[in-house]
Amino acid sequence: MTVRPALAVRADGVTRSFAGRAVLRGLTVEIAAGEFVALLGRSGTGKSTLLRILAGLDDGYSGDVAVPERRAVVFQEPRLLPWERVGTNVRIGLRKSSQRPPATLSSLARSALNEVGLADRAGSWPGTLSGGEAQRVALARALVREPALMLLDEPFGALDALTRTRMHGLLRDLCERHHPAVLLVTHDVDEAITLADRVLVLAGGVITTDLRVPLSRPREGSQAGFHDLRTRLLAELFSTEETRD
Amino acid sequence: MTDLTASGLALPHQETAPPHQQTASPPATQPPSSPALTLVRPVPVRRRRPRAGVPRLARRITGPALVIVAWQLTCSLHVVTSVEVASPVAVLDAARELWAQDVLQANLLISLQRVAEGLLLGVAAGLLLALACGLLRVAEDLLDPVIQAARAVPILGLVPLVIIWFGVGEVPKIFLIALGCTFPIYINTYAAIRGVDNKLVEAGQVFGLSRLGLIRRVILPGALPGFLVGLRFALVGSWIVDVVAEEINAQSGLGYLINQAQTTDRTDIMFLCLAIYAIAGLLADALVRLLERALLSWRNAFRGA
Repeated sequence: MTVRPALAVRADGVTRSFAGRAVLRGLTVEIAAGEFVALLGRSGTGKSTLLRILAGLDDGYSGDVAVPERRAVVFQEPRLLPWERVGTNVRIGLRKSSQRPPATLSSLARSALNEVGLADRAGSWPGTLSGGEAQRVALARALVREPALMLLDEPFGALDALTRTRMHGLLRDLCERHHPAVLLVTHDVDEAITLADRVLVLAGGVITTDLRVPLSRPREGSQAGFHDLRTRLLAELFSTEETRD
Repeated sequence: MTDLTASGLALPHQETAPPHQQTASPPATQPPSSPALTLVRPVPVRRRRPRAGVPRLARRITGPALVIVAWQLTCSLHVVTSVEVASPVAVLDAARELWAQDVLQANLLISLQRVAEGLLLGVAAGLLLALACGLLRVAEDLLDPVIQAARAVPILGLVPLVIIWFGVGEVPKIFLIALGCTFPIYINTYAAIRGVDNKLVEAGQVFGLSRLGLIRRVILPGALPGFLVGLRFALVGSWIVDVVAEEINAQSGLGYLINQAQTTDRTDIMFLCLAIYAIAGLLADALVRLLERALLSWRNAFRGA
């Protein structure tokens, strides 16, 4: 008998419809604490719908969902408040308390910015950042609250290839240091294999594939086994296209 | 070539072929039929920089100054009579005369006071209504149709009614000015609140902002540019309503001065009052510009060529 690890996400029989069209149909998924899971799926399969439900942004679903109190989201766009400086953006929503006076909060924000390599931009306006920098600030904003669950909604989709590769490395480092459970929504098979402990494929409103990634880290496309995994996942994605509806 | 010349058989059309024809011959990869491309140096569309030598302020003053010069010329050259249009010089004389009699400052002050009070009340009311309707759907459903209907009623049509309600003192004038300011503030702020990017609101929610925190840190700053547009309209509108209210029913104020000037055919005084309104408008605009610069410094907006 195996010991069940602590869970960071437990979703059971989740159904969500928009205007009569069911996007999620009794979806069930579990993510262990500290586990990095990538969720693949074609456009419009409900990847973001699931993520928004887990984030607490959508309560129009039926089914059971349990997530940790401390969770953070990185969206596809940085979504920084343009009228607040970078440092203030990072510590948005952090409550001050007797243990955490404002000075502590700003030093927390500074160290989070330091981790993403932007310590010197705390006083900048978000409008002056490049796309990659802004997304790193969004990452720092997610990290600073030491989330037990990080939800990433195609966070690197809008970045150029080189910046994306750098962000992958950064994200891996941060995860190894902070050990949050991660759900990464992406449609990039290579990104999923490179980063995740486990890759899920969402199709027809349910999880159709649940593959562990047995490769050693750091991972790269030329690694043995990478190619086979990619082929399998791509085949899975294509087959779901044919069997849809 | 050499041997051709040596043999004396040089073909004239070959020898005299202009060199540019040779260099212009298309590269091998290009289909022979494609027309030659004209290449230009790439430059941005907005190429001209603001002239460094002339300060911004001087450039902004030039326009009004030209208008005044043209105005003076029109009068000096007797294109119009002095009863029709008073010249700038005559207006200055009128200003000096009324100032000496203490008439100008007293009436200007009372108008300023009415405008300030009406503006304050109107902006507050417009802001409150915009917040209520922008943030609460119940308030929107209840209030917005009423406000939209009320907005369509010409304020000047209310003057007789307001006199019946409030008599002829300060209250009806301030009420009318306030009413005139409420609508532009309301319309613009309300639209701006509803125009705040929902993605930012969601981000605020995800990162644990309370409802009050969302309003204070996301919605209000996001609506600020719209509010400032409304404030511009309100500042101008307040003067317009003020002069009308004073012309119809007042014993003091710039509007009253204009009315008095009409009975004595003092065109110069009329123009003086109009000039004061114009200057007040300019100052009000400058005030909002200052506010914008202070409050919207985060904006990385297009500043014009």
